Amino acid sequence: MFHREAGVFKTTYASDMALYPLPIAKWTMVALAVLFAIVLPASLEEYYLSILNLIFIAVVGALGLNILVGYTGQISLGHGAFMSVGAYTAANLAVRLGLPFWLTLPAGGLMAAFIGALVGIPSLRIKGLYLAIATLAGQLIIEWTINHVPAISGGAQASIQVPRPDLFGFVLNTQSRLYYFLLFFAALAIVATLNLMRSRIGRAFIAVRDQDIAAEIIGIDIFRYKLLSFAVSSFYAGVTGVLYTYYLGIANYEQFQLGVSIDFLAMIIIGGLGSVLGSIFGAIFVTLLPIVIRTLMENVGSLFFSDSELANVVSGTRLAVFGGLIIFFLVIEPEGLNRLWRNVRSYFRVWPFSY
Amino acid sequence: MSEDLGFFIALLLNGVSIGLMYSLIALGFVLVYKSTDAINFAQGEFVMMAALFGAVVVGFNVSPIVGAIAAVVVVLAIMIGFGFALERVVLRPLLGRPIVAVIMATIGLASVLRGLTPIVFGGETRALPLPIPDDPVVIGPATLPPIQVLGAGVAILLFLGFNWFFKKSRMGVAMRAVADNQQVAQAMGINVERYFALAWAMAGIVSALGGIVWGSMLGVDVQIAVVGLKVFPVVILGGLDSIGGAMVGGLIVGLVESLASGYLDPYVGGGTKDFAPYLLMILVLMLRPYGIFGKRQIERV
Repeated sequence: MFHREAGVFKTTYASDMALYPLPIAKWTMVALAVLFAIVLPASLEEYYLSILNLIFIAVVGALGLNILVGYTGQISLGHGAFMSVGAYTAANLAVRLGLPFWLTLPAGGLMAAFIGALVGIPSLRIKGLYLAIATLAGQLIIEWTINHVPAISGGAQASIQVPRPDLFGFVLNTQSRLYYFLLFFAALAIVATLNLMRSRIGRAFIAVRDQDIAAEIIGIDIFRYKLLSFAVSSFYAGVTGVLYTYYLGIANYEQFQLGVSIDFLAMIIIGGLGSVLGSIFGAIFVTLLPIVIRTLMENVGSLFFSDSELANVVSGTRLAVFGGLIIFFLVIEPEGLNRLWRNVRSYFRVWPFSY
Repeated sequence: MSEDLGFFIALLLNGVSIGLMYSLIALGFVLVYKSTDAINFAQGEFVMMAALFGAVVVGFNVSPIVGAIAAVVVVLAIMIGFGFALERVVLRPLLGRPIVAVIMATIGLASVLRGLTPIVFGGETRALPLPIPDDPVVIGPATLPPIQVLGAGVAILLFLGFNWFFKKSRMGVAMRAVADNQQVAQAMGINVERYFALAWAMAGIVSALGGIVWGSMLGVDVQIAVVGLKVFPVVILGGLDSIGGAMVGGLIVGLVESLASGYLDPYVGGGTKDFAPYLLMILVLMLRPYGIFGKRQIERV
């Protein structure tokens, strides 16, 4: 990741696909691991850790959506709802049956995967815009169902209080304790995605994306892989929803509305479609953006606006900057932050002798 | 029983007039998709924008009729200009890119418009009064708000107008040629890019009128953009590239909504209105993926 190689000496496909392109890459991984596991939690305050926690959650969701949109070429405007499926499944299991997180988490993911595959069924016959609208319908119908069926939503205000997860009696009730919990799942999601994309399934996904009819002709069962992609992607979304629920201590459908689906799409577009690193960049960027804007507006904006206007202005600016960035990246840099990062890297790769 | 029948007819007429107002908005979407293959997820925000400018112009408090005419003229001019500019700045660079890119760009645009509105215009709800009588229109057992009747009338007029435009006028025929096959159209000497811009300007016209009617009915604030979400079932049911389909889709959605909220709401506690059209849409997608009037796309590798 941060290394410079002296020439490319790859002679086999296996070495080309390796997670560590060079032995030195292992050391940068170790350095990153030390940074995230020891240095950051020891040096940052609770507030900054809570932001990092949000980023970890977003990374899981962005990776999942990128599997579907970036790697398989489908589209989903329903990921917010898939997250809520995971969140409410886990919340109900945790509250009613008192199950621990290591059961509710996969259960939430599997339930979301099932619903996601169900919503993905039309993907065999329709694509592009029609699929976008079908998944949009999925989002609205799931939202409505959760909101109107008290058995799922827990009645008043459609929210369920969830006890904090505990690990062998060690309750994860502070940001720094949650930090390792969420870091673990973010890292797991990254490694799982990297490996999935190196496998037969990942290659099939990419073939479907590039030209699905051609993929079918060379023997890829596109219906199966499209559904699988929806299921895997929704599994990630479900897990994201569960993590978010444990992070907040409450499952609430308002946290998973259409805007969330769009936020996650923005993450992978700003970060870079079809790239693991891009998903991570996008998750960081989109999570930090509102925080930066709010801080900035609270300090600078008070010079121009009265306090009562400021709240309006802050949320408005967030939306406008957010939309503007999506358009900017789509028009100017379609491959997103990942491409910018690669440009920087390839510049320094031969630096200072760039000729 | 006759009371039940009256209730049914009232729901029916209400559904028809609301449905025509939905197809008014859907028309803008279909016009763009038909001729440029681009998808406008910001249709609701277009309508919001038009309604806002309309409310600002009417807000100057000249005589009601002059105010209304001025509002229509100003909003039409702004929305046509906006359509042109948008096509040039955002959509043209995205030509030939995957469909996700266009969808996301218009979602981004929707986000920008929604974000800027409260900053520029303030957050309060504005009124957009039009010089029409206040008394409800009574048709048999149904009483309809006059604005709904006006909206339905505007929708029918626009429908007839565009139908004539595409069938008879030179520009309309050229536009159909562009929609059918861009390369062949270009070879025939049609300036494809100009017609793309024209399509967006026409979407601007439709949104302008739709915005004024809807704004007058609901009051103008950011919430009015939610109407845009109703466009999707309408266009899917009718088929994305069919103007007649947009009308039929609008009528179906209006009727389904009206009947569902009349007969089902008492049992499930409200909100079926927002939900029933989507359910119907999913069913149609399963059975006829390209809508009732849409043309099936044939793909070659």
